[in-house]
Amino acid sequence: MDGKKASRSKGVKTLGSGESALPSQSRRKFLASGAAVAGATVATGAGLVAARAEKIAVPPSNQEMGRPIDPKAYGMPSKYEAHVTRNRTDVFVNKQNWSDWSMTPLHQQVGIITPNGLFYERHHAGVPDIDPATHNLVIHGMVKQPLKFSMSDLMRYPSVSKFHFMECSGNGLTDWKAPKSKTVQQTHGLLGCAQWTGIPLSWLLDRVGLADGAKWLLFEGADGAAHARSIPIEKALADTLLVYGQNGEMLRPENGYPLRAFIPGWEGNVSVKWLRRIKVSDKPWHLRSETARYTDPMPEGKWRQFSMVMECKSVITNPSGGMQLHGPGLYEIQGFAWSGNGTIKAVDVTLDGGRTWQEAKLEDPVLDRCLTRFRFLWNWDGGPAKIASRAVDSTGYVQPTVADLEKTRAITGFVQHHNAIFPWSIAPSGEVANAIA
Amino acid sequence: MRSLDIISAVAAAAVFCAASSLAQAAGAPDLKLGTPVSAADIAAIDIDISTSDGVGLPPGKGTVADGAKIYAEKCVECHGEKAAGGSMYGSMVGGVGSFLTDKRKLTPGSMYPYAPILFDYIRRAMPMTAPQSLTNEEVYALSAYILNLNGLVPDGGSLDAKTMAAIEMPNRNGFIVDDRPDAKAVRCMKDCPPIKD
Ligand code: HEC
Repeated sequence: MDGKKASRSKGVKTLGSGESALPSQSRRKFLASGAAVAGATVATGAGLVAARAEKIAVPPSNQEMGRPIDPKAYGMPSKYEAHVTRNRTDVFVNKQNWSDWSMTPLHQQVGIITPNGLFYERHHAGVPDIDPATHNLVIHGMVKQPLKFSMSDLMRYPSVSKFHFMECSGNGLTDWKAPKSKTVQQTHGLLGCAQWTGIPLSWLLDRVGLADGAKWLLFEGADGAAHARSIPIEKALADTLLVYGQNGEMLRPENGYPLRAFIPGWEGNVSVKWLRRIKVSDKPWHLRSETARYTDPMPEGKWRQFSMVMECKSVITNPSGGMQLHGPGLYEIQGFAWSGNGTIKAVDVTLDGGRTWQEAKLEDPVLDRCLTRFRFLWNWDGGPAKIASRAVDSTGYVQPTVADLEKTRAITGFVQHHNAIFPWSIAPSGEVANAIA
Repeated sequence: MRSLDIISAVAAAAVFCAASSLAQAAGAPDLKLGTPVSAADIAAIDIDISTSDGVGLPPGKGTVADGAKIYAEKCVECHGEKAAGGSMYGSMVGGVGSFLTDKRKLTPGSMYPYAPILFDYIRRAMPMTAPQSLTNEEVYALSAYILNLNGLVPDGGSLDAKTMAAIEMPNRNGFIVDDRPDAKAVRCMKDCPPIKD
């Protein structure tokens, strides 16, 4: 054990900071392979030879026939992955689970796309059961010709597909000033990223013909809360989609089947699911969901309203709260960065609680308003550390700290739009914990 | 490696996205899809209220006294006696003045800038177990009762479209428009203030 430790630190002495001292070829191989710590140890080669392995037996799977192909089936993950689930939070527990949420296991998401079965949920009256054969979208109000579109009408249009993240404005809600949540799933799991397929809303607005003075749209769902939001017409015309597809298949019921709005870069709440009606008006509706909820407390008892864009943010997902490091050595810090205002330009990582920062590597593809992965090789010396990431987006906006946000906002109670830098502490024991303070 | 194949597939998809943005800019495909509908066709689902001026509030009327009765039958189980909090939801009364403390209490009385928000929300979403089952009269009565508990409609009072839109809500001027980006963080690389400060 001791010898292993010693040779490891000898091996990394030449590394200097971050990954820069890895021979470029093995670094490329390492980055391409996407392997985690084990890969890194092998790639750095000499001086890192592990204890001799036991003889390797022929695995039973080599010695028997496997499961045959079902004539028809929807494939499911390995039974060994049954622990990977989206979960309700155990911090802010609602008294019921119809108007409630479940969170994406970001620490177990190994690429930029969130699998559909793990995509976070937020409903206001549970998940409705809607037959696409009977579902219609009505567009009316300040239009020249009110129309009703069936699902087959909508699917006759040429389709558009876009990769975008979606984040709930309440993401991070429980962890502003004290660590309440244990894992990154609980602190940041109201976030997912998918390829969305549908049609631009502007095509249908063209078809119905907007009347002069049309400025706002109402989006309304066919769920038990008839969830509704007011959307400014500029955004609706610019890039709002009506989607029926998510990651190559039809939407899951919990994500709006058979039709939802998708508003790139904005809080998930406005991307109304189970969309059944769009009404055009000259002013916003000021519904409960845009006054009593989804507004931000501000100084002097005020509330910030219609704060819909999700600003630039990042978080380290590996290592993150609840994980355990196994002794000093090389670790790859990994995480996600995203911005509702554009692409990610850079991500910096700190190992000392924010005193010094170093630039991480961004992994392709780096797409507009999409999760972007970052990586940073870290040689942990076994001492206490406080790690965090800080993203910069294409507008030049730098991810702030809670202290920065507190200069303008009132951080009290049910606070939305938490995009602050989020630190994790590493104890000498290797224990990783939420370190927001 | 496999991961590289995936990356190039995604990159190709990104190019496709860019191409389709152009198609979008060029305008909608000229498909004559969609079926005309009249106001009468959609009356049953046309439930929204423009809450700042009350446009969309239906005819009808309801009293505080009737509201109390309906509440006891259809709402008390989840919201508790006098809307003070029950098995499924917290209090719906009080909170006015609390926004100047660090324990802001959000209720229809303290939070809604316009009274018709209450009508709109109850009609579309409550009772949670049977949404859109109430008559307009029942919704007026329940709104009158909840606003009475919040001191905004007198005992023995009632509400209709006109009186409801005329109520001066305490939080009428409590909202400011989105003025973000509000944070001006700088990209400090060394000798930076630690995160906590
Ligand atoms: C099965 C339980 C249940 C019943 C029955 C029920 N409610 Fe609710 N009510 C809820 C829940 C849960 C919420 C919060 C929903 C949310 O925030 O998405 C809520 C929210 C509300 C709100 C919004 C409160 C606020 O602060 O903005 C009002 C008003 C309301 N209910 C009125 C009623 C009325 C009137 C009835 C009876 C007709 C009723 N409810 C019956 C569970 C219930």
